[in-house]
Amino acid sequence: MRIRVLLFARYAELMGQTELGIEVDAPATVRTVLDTLRARAGGAQLPPSPMVARNQVHAQLDTALEDGDEVAVLPPLAGG
Amino acid sequence: MSYLKDEPLDVRTVAHQVVSAERGGVVTFLGAVRNHHAGRAVLRLEYSAYGPMADAEFSQIIAEAESRWPAKVAAEHRVGTLEVGDVAVVVVAAAPHRDAAFDACRYVIEAIKRRVPIWKREYYVDGTVGWVDPTASAGVSF
Repeated sequence: MRIRVLLFARYAELMGQTELGIEVDAPATVRTVLDTLRARAGGAQLPPSPMVARNQVHAQLDTALEDGDEVAVLPPLAGG
Repeated sequence: MSYLKDEPLDVRTVAHQVVSAERGGVVTFLGAVRNHHAGRAVLRLEYSAYGPMADAEFSQIIAEAESRWPAKVAAEHRVGTLEVGDVAVVVVAAAPHRDAAFDACRYVIEAIKRRVPIWKREYYVDGTVGWVDPTASAGVSF
């Protein structure tokens, strides 16, 4: 299934892009997406358990995904 | 309407959204850009955000505060380039009495820091640049 991945701030710098589409086999979780990213250039520097969101809602590494989902990998938050 | 603004924040505009004749207790929190962080002198910084999710989190956090206390809360956060002393965040909580206003204001600013997807890139006087990282022992990642 097709997943849209969004990268921000330091993670976007590490991977040299802010958005990419990836294909993963069902059933997939957020962890599946992260494992795919780690195999890409710069992805090895992502932390073991980054903060993540699925479709703009905070999620966990074992959150299940559906075709067409958007997964955002969020560096440590620093607002306020 | 977005909670994120790329122009200077105006406290009166934010307060105007929640102050009313019934709400006599008004608490305002302002967060301004510090001139130092992690032992380095800060020149300026850049805030960036995951806009749609940030707005959704702001809405959710304010709804939580307003259901927990008899208060109305308004908030705005800057994005883009800020100089030392610029206001980065404004939270205004208004309630019939001060206890609820203080509690709701505190709840909202703490939740913003924990949950709203906003990032801060600091430019230091020594020419280095770092991502503010509250989870790192140094407080910053390069």
